[in-house]
Amino acid sequence: MASLKELRNRIASVKATQKITKAMQMVAAAKLRRAQTAAEAARPYAERMDQVLAGLAGSLAGAEGSSPLMVGNGRDDTHLLVVCTSERGLCGGFNSQIVRLVRERVARLQADGKTVKILCVGRKGYDQLRRVYGGLIIETITLREVKQLGFVNAQDIAAKVIGLFEAGEFDVCTLFYSEFQSVISQVPTALQMIPANIPEAEEAEAAKTMAAYEFEPDETEILADLLPRNIAVQVFRALLENAASEQGARMSAMDSATRNAGEMIDKLTLTYNRTRQAQITKELIEIISGAEAL
Amino acid sequence: MADTIRFELVSPERLLMSEDVAQVDVPGAEGDFGVLPMHAPTISTLRAGVMMVRGTDGKAREVFVRGGFAEVRPDLLTVLAEQAIPVEEIDEAVLAQEIQNAEEDLADAKDDLTREKAEHRLARMKEVVAALKAAGHG
Repeated sequence: MASLKELRNRIASVKATQKITKAMQMVAAAKLRRAQTAAEAARPYAERMDQVLAGLAGSLAGAEGSSPLMVGNGRDDTHLLVVCTSERGLCGGFNSQIVRLVRERVARLQADGKTVKILCVGRKGYDQLRRVYGGLIIETITLREVKQLGFVNAQDIAAKVIGLFEAGEFDVCTLFYSEFQSVISQVPTALQMIPANIPEAEEAEAAKTMAAYEFEPDETEILADLLPRNIAVQVFRALLENAASEQGARMSAMDSATRNAGEMIDKLTLTYNRTRQAQITKELIEIISGAEAL
Repeated sequence: MADTIRFELVSPERLLMSEDVAQVDVPGAEGDFGVLPMHAPTISTLRAGVMMVRGTDGKAREVFVRGGFAEVRPDLLTVLAEQAIPVEEIDEAVLAQEIQNAEEDLADAKDDLTREKAEHRLARMKEVVAALKAAGHG
């Protein structure tokens, strides 16, 4: 049985931990709100972009000289996986979920005899992937110093991806991130960026509305201008979704940590009181039996 | 005929402007064009330049935009710009200072990466100056 002093110290330390987890939970809640607002503010741009792109793609479908960003370069041998994760830990299963999805994909691609390359965005994903697939990671981009995610960050990543594509380093590019659904549910998602993946039904639909437009310069040129931008937009959206998911995951992880600490404190306090009473009883017995012996 | 057109200026980060205006002059890739209500549906890419927004009260505001495209419908003009700064927020003295800093960075650059970055920054800032000059400022 632990001594009273030991118990007292344990209780104090668990209480301190609980204070920290509680504070982290509240910070995460505040950050989550900000991340959600940012994600919502970015939505109109992405939606318009999608609309126009789908329309252009529809009206140009099958045309000669389509951009390789759209139709691919005709091969399917080398896959680049862009893995977006967080910079900090203590956010429950957030990073592991994404990494698990990536691992499954890598295993499947490798079984099919494809070459896989990984570009890590965020330190935590790199830490988890390097043990198994260290050789496949071509680069890691950390956003540690970034306080407020800006479009510039996404542009840097997009420029890198496009540069690699133009240098023929890969044929297919897939973006991995976690889609924010609610505080308790974040869904790891794989999104194919190159070649651009636009549903055909949507294409045909949008092409109809696009038919009325005049284009300046012509459609092919606009498309060529928009596709690289669209990659940056997709990366930006993934980063924002990820930021919201990370805070959501951290919030619920810290919530259960706080609850667990509370339970532990209750249990320890109970043991502490029992031990104290037992000790008092023991002392009483000693005094009484001493008096009886006289 | 309606005498105003809905104008939305959207950057990747947020919706910057959303209001009814009388006229907007957009710096298109193939030349500037003015958008009035009932304009023919058009999609055009943008070059770096100054966009002039004339409100219903006849007052004009100017916004520097770079990269993106404009979508015109008879009742709606949407400008998707990668960067948009109101001209009155651009301080020419600060800009000149920034350009000087960038030039110094360029001169001091030790490796290709920093040089490339500085060059890029300088080019972007010179674009702003050129666009402002073209619009009749400074």
